[in-house]
Amino acid sequence: MHTIPEMSGPYVRKEKSVTRTMTLVMLALVPATAYGLYLYGWPAIILFTLAIASALLFEILSLLIAKKPVVRFVSDGSAMLTAWLLAISLPPWAPWWVAVLGSAIAIIIGKHVFGGLGQNVFNPAMVGRVVLLLSFPLEMTAFVNPLPLFSADAPGFLQGIQIVFGGMSIDAYTGATVLDSVKVAVGHGGVVDDGLVGGRNLGLWLAGNNAGSMAEGADVLLLIGGIFLIFTRVIRWFIPVSTLLSLALIATVFNWIDPAAYPDATIHLFTGSALLGAFFIATDPVTSPTSPKGQLFFGASLGVLIYLIRTWAQYPEGMSFAILLMNAVTPLINRYMRPRIFGRTNKGDPLGLSRQ
Amino acid sequence: MNIFGIRGGAKVSGRKELTAETPVEKLPMPRLLHVPLQQHVGSPAVPIVTVGSRVKKGQLIAESKGTVSAPVHAPTSGFVTRIGNHLAPHPSGLPVLTLSMEPDGRDEWCKLPEPLELETASPKEIAERVSEAGVVGMGGAAFPSAVKLSMGEKYSLDSLILNGAECEPYLTCDDRLMRERAAETIIGTRYMMKALGVEKAYIAIEDNKPSSFISMQVAAGQDSGIEVVYVPARYPMGSSAHLVQAITGRETPASGRTADLGVIVNNVATAFAVYEACKLGRPLISRIVTLSGEAVKRPANYEVLVGTPASDLMKQSGGLIEEPKQLLMGGPMMGQPLPNLEVPIVKGTSGILALRGTEIPEQNIMPCIGCGSCVAVCPAGLLPMEMMNRIDHEDVDGADEIGLRDCISCGSCNYVCPSHIPLVQFFNYGKGRLKEQDTDKRRHDKIKVLTEAREKRLEKQGS
Repeated sequence: MHTIPEMSGPYVRKEKSVTRTMTLVMLALVPATAYGLYLYGWPAIILFTLAIASALLFEILSLLIAKKPVVRFVSDGSAMLTAWLLAISLPPWAPWWVAVLGSAIAIIIGKHVFGGLGQNVFNPAMVGRVVLLLSFPLEMTAFVNPLPLFSADAPGFLQGIQIVFGGMSIDAYTGATVLDSVKVAVGHGGVVDDGLVGGRNLGLWLAGNNAGSMAEGADVLLLIGGIFLIFTRVIRWFIPVSTLLSLALIATVFNWIDPAAYPDATIHLFTGSALLGAFFIATDPVTSPTSPKGQLFFGASLGVLIYLIRTWAQYPEGMSFAILLMNAVTPLINRYMRPRIFGRTNKGDPLGLSRQ
Repeated sequence: MNIFGIRGGAKVSGRKELTAETPVEKLPMPRLLHVPLQQHVGSPAVPIVTVGSRVKKGQLIAESKGTVSAPVHAPTSGFVTRIGNHLAPHPSGLPVLTLSMEPDGRDEWCKLPEPLELETASPKEIAERVSEAGVVGMGGAAFPSAVKLSMGEKYSLDSLILNGAECEPYLTCDDRLMRERAAETIIGTRYMMKALGVEKAYIAIEDNKPSSFISMQVAAGQDSGIEVVYVPARYPMGSSAHLVQAITGRETPASGRTADLGVIVNNVATAFAVYEACKLGRPLISRIVTLSGEAVKRPANYEVLVGTPASDLMKQSGGLIEEPKQLLMGGPMMGQPLPNLEVPIVKGTSGILALRGTEIPEQNIMPCIGCGSCVAVCPAGLLPMEMMNRIDHEDVDGADEIGLRDCISCGSCNYVCPSHIPLVQFFNYGKGRLKEQDTDKRRHDKIKVLTEAREKRLEKQGS
């Protein structure tokens, strides 16, 4: 009887896999996504399906070209998650080609050009979104007010197809996001409250009942999903907490300086994509730092960048740009922010012999 | 007692239920014993008996050689049949010098040295007795215990920690020892304390072993010098530096050892062996071994004579249910693969495991997704995936810069990796390369010195 010792220990493993990680993230996204699809009805459902189907197709093509095992890599769930994140951060009634082109950019350029799973520097979904936003600013900012499925004016399935595939104008339904109208109001010499068309309605914001991307609005559901991910140890709390804290802090400081010109923290946290970004996108393992120190720094800087872009750049929403910028410095953060080694000082010298 | 936090560590599935409730059983006398002459860290022992001679149980058969070494004694009475190379319990599969003997069935003791009385024995006498009895660290490292017990001379020590953590999955030999032989282990502890000259001993037990905890606490009684403490059940709690940190809050410096902090760590089974050596005059010739794994028909704990082939344990347990996927000596985290069951049990063998395919599922290796799980669990505070990356690119020096030498090879990173990357294998390769480089460097330095000396000599001759 012979068993050949071919590997080194450990011989037992935890039941974890990349597929499990990706699946849990998608599971955590289900409530917010389902609610988003309900809010925006058939056009959103069709767009979402299209984004995922096309992403899987591009993934298979890329794997074939790269001569990688197709089944093993497609089943890891990463392409589906990328498309999912992209789709829910699109305007919910965007035309079909926005979804397909976005998926192509995300999967081919965002991921496989870098070498595939684990190799990409930037979050693929955000690469897709930003390229779309820069190339097609009109389509990418055509937000609509929620029109829940089965409600009186909601488009039916056929109308949904018409909206997505270009047979029907959506001009009658469009609405601005809260952050956008506040920015416009302040830009025209008004005060923050002039931009709050629906009034200061925290309950409405938390419920996502304001124009925005497909599933960025349902704050409560996103929060539940995020806590689920921390609880199942798919992500750690460092990035989301530091991102949201730093965003809230800087917003509060400026709001305290001039409340008429700078919206308060609740608007920043609950009307845009702050929660979606902080819990689900910034925490992408591939493109965020690995050490706790690095993650805290990453999140804190991300919060500041989001605020800077939202407040002083041309875009009312800064999440995707801010994440890409932080992705770019992640290798540097990983290099300089390492944990302290056991028995050594932060500089790496052996500890002294103190007996405290 | 207040336990200090340690960093990292993995929650591992213990699988201890397979053997935790099975009392230690005796094995029938083996037909043949193969006693390796190197069962410890250091120089191998030198045989002092010849083929054909009759030896009695406990008789010295090989002397220790050098300062770090340990003698070997006959596990039972019988005849020496062969002194030669035999398969050793080592992953290389390389044979080591082994004394084979055929038991005569009488199990007749030789004349044993007089017991040492705890009250009257000097620290030196205890260390000498432990040295003569061939006691080595029984947690797996097999470092000669007498060397450790003499450290009171060089270091100023204040406490002894007995490691009853048993953090490796499957193993329950220490658990059973603490339940069944608590009083003896406590007596052994007192001998050790006396040898080290310390007033305080902690017996550290992971909080998943309440029966051991109670049994040891009862045995320790009112002795305020011996404190039984719970430590969290988190792998690798049994690493000595981490145990010291959890109990004393002191962190062992990278360049030092726990003795620098005034603490000596020993395994509980070693304390039992010290008891036998001092109180009964018996050398270390047997130990408790866990035989476990789902491929074993009846997993159990056995009291085993050193030199017993692992196959004897398996036979007593009814054999294998199916061809195991992996045979191991020690635990599944840091244990060594075994080529087959013909290898003998040695002083440092805590367990023999036969694992089925369901216990070691086939897992596809995927690219690293940078999830940082390995960073979170690393008890040494390293970046395993970054070290792996550098070693993968043949940048061993780069891996060294970020702490490859500080890696304790516990395998926690490997255990939790969702991409199933064989990290430890990378690190072992990298450490091997570093060792090679060090040896090369030493050789070059030596050559340089010699060449310079030669040049000087020639110059002198020339002038």
